[in-house]
Amino acid sequence: MVDPHLLFEQLFNGVQYGILLFLLAAGLTLVFGIMDLMNLAHGSLYMLGAYIAATVALATDSFLLGIAVALPATLIVGIFLEVVVLRKLYDRGHLDQVLATFGMILFFNELVRLIWGPAGIEVPLPSVLNQSLTLFSIPLPIYRILVIGVGLAVAAFLYILVVKTKVGMLIRAGASNREMVGALGIDIKKIFTLVFGLGAALAALAGAMAGPIFAATIGMGENILIQVLVVIVIGGIGSIRGAFVGALMIGVIEILGRSFLDDLFKLFLPVNAAETAAPAAASMLIYILMALVLFFRPQGLFPARSG
Amino acid sequence: MKKTLILGVSALALTLASPQAMAMKAKEIKIGFVTTLSGGAGVIGKDMRNSVQIALDHLGNKMGGVPVKVLFEDDHFKPEVGKQKTEKLLHKDKVDIMSGFIWSHVVLASRNSVVKAGKFLIISNAGTSKIAGRLCHKNIFSTSWQNDQVPMAMGEVLNKRGVKSLYIVAPNYAAGRDMVAGVERTFKGKILGKDLTKWPTQLDFSAELAKARASKADGVFIFYPGRATNAFMRQYAQAGLTKTPLYSVFSVDSLSLPKLQQAKLTNVLGTYSTQFWAPDLNTPVNKKFVADYRKKFGSYPSHYGAQSYDSIMLIDSAVRAAGGDLKKMDTMRAAFRKADYGSVRGKYVYGNNHFPIQDFYLRKVVADADGKWTTKIEQKVYSNHQDVYAGKCKMKKTW
Repeated sequence: MVDPHLLFEQLFNGVQYGILLFLLAAGLTLVFGIMDLMNLAHGSLYMLGAYIAATVALATDSFLLGIAVALPATLIVGIFLEVVVLRKLYDRGHLDQVLATFGMILFFNELVRLIWGPAGIEVPLPSVLNQSLTLFSIPLPIYRILVIGVGLAVAAFLYILVVKTKVGMLIRAGASNREMVGALGIDIKKIFTLVFGLGAALAALAGAMAGPIFAATIGMGENILIQVLVVIVIGGIGSIRGAFVGALMIGVIEILGRSFLDDLFKLFLPVNAAETAAPAAASMLIYILMALVLFFRPQGLFPARSG
Repeated sequence: MKKTLILGVSALALTLASPQAMAMKAKEIKIGFVTTLSGGAGVIGKDMRNSVQIALDHLGNKMGGVPVKVLFEDDHFKPEVGKQKTEKLLHKDKVDIMSGFIWSHVVLASRNSVVKAGKFLIISNAGTSKIAGRLCHKNIFSTSWQNDQVPMAMGEVLNKRGVKSLYIVAPNYAAGRDMVAGVERTFKGKILGKDLTKWPTQLDFSAELAKARASKADGVFIFYPGRATNAFMRQYAQAGLTKTPLYSVFSVDSLSLPKLQQAKLTNVLGTYSTQFWAPDLNTPVNKKFVADYRKKFGSYPSHYGAQSYDSIMLIDSAVRAAGGDLKKMDTMRAAFRKADYGSVRGKYVYGNNHFPIQDFYLRKVVADADGKWTTKIEQKVYSNHQDVYAGKCKMKKTW
């Protein structure tokens, strides 16, 4: 049947893909859950992070420096957006927010084309990271191990931030009862700006980490944003824990579907039909999961307690 | 009264001076050119537009003495947009001839609009099996190839090189399936596995690469045009597959190589691909085209560019044959069928389906004298090769 080595390797790939989704989903779910703002332009911040990191990495020949510059730069762009554009949208409905942030996607795609041209940028990695490490006779790409490490570190950081610190307490309080927090004399606007900036920085980190795998290209955000939205719907809107579990589930299901569904289909379908049907079915799996979650637990797996 | 008289006299005088030209020669030739100019695939469209520019420079912006204008439209890589832009070019801009088209699914969506309008369609890239076969038409010509031919040539190469087993990865769309069918038709070894990936959104190939490695195949065959090439090549290196030779079609070319070099992916050097053309193909026309392109744009043209250059030159030959009178459709068609023009690939003939019968070569990635990565011809794989779908086309060869 299935080779255990291959199964383990595909699980690894699934976890790695899930971690990348988590980096994006964490920021989006915070913004959506706490600020009640539907931000489709989250993918644009991801793209911006990837381009800035790639440009700096190419100019200085240091991948690390690229990330170090991309995070604060995108954070500043995020804060600027929140103050100038999004603040005016909080009192409007979700549809207005979707329209406005969709407009921002078009704006950012065109901006990137003007600055960097249509071709996209390749990010050179130190040659150590372009190799693979053999573990239990399974070669695992070193760079993807690094992505997992970074993702776990971010998850730990967010857990401590949200659960153990005063800022985190305010964020949680803002999520469950915004008016009350305001009435207690806390400047909720500042918290919103902070949360949005944090979300932007996380998106930039995801973009910078994705660059060396996919290259920085125009529209890279929209491709992945659909899956990220599925993640936060499954995990429960506003919940970091939900985003983490949801992202890992989506990552693993996506990769395992692509890996083994064709073999599975070949058991009961002619080879040709199986080969054509399997990729189509594999790309549907995560949506089927989402539909099931929505049916049995409409509020998601880990709903954030919200008023 | 007096004015009319003067007009009448001058008109008569002109008619006497050059009776033929006055009656028929078009004032201006408009060519509609649909390609992808936005998004990641925009680099392909840019290369095609640059090459059309070189062709127009070589022609002095005139065909048969008539000024020529090329109108470019962006299909956004989407069939529905391509069709819409084709309709716009045909009915609003009133172009005389349609050309361009990178993508098989876009040209399939747009084909009927051109046929209904009664115009010529000179396809510069998309080589879908349908238009080479059942959907061939007297007014449609290709200056590229039929999709299957290039991977078929690769299959022959694999047999010659003693490759016994192969793993195939390609995107799940019209051209992707053609490519797979092509290599499967000629490759005599065992195919250990095959993955068709979601196109164009899937850029993560970790699952497919793990399967390819686990299959222990002698080689991996891929087709990933545009930006997917770089994502694939990079992940190929990272996945530790560097010892398994990679054989590609329409993936490693003059557009992706500068980017791959920028990313220092040295595992690309020495890999093989097949094609009807390479920048170093030794014909006088090609030498001039490549040299002028490099002088003007600073990089190597790609096969997309070479085919676009040929499209314009082929149109020029037909316009000249008709003396600049675009209403002489039959004369123009006869000229198209002769393919009597300076092609970058040298002389070729058209099959009954209006697709070239031509040579194919094996190309290897090397660094040129200046250290720039490019493809170099290793050997000829096919001579005068005709696609396998010609038999399904109902047109008879009468030329």
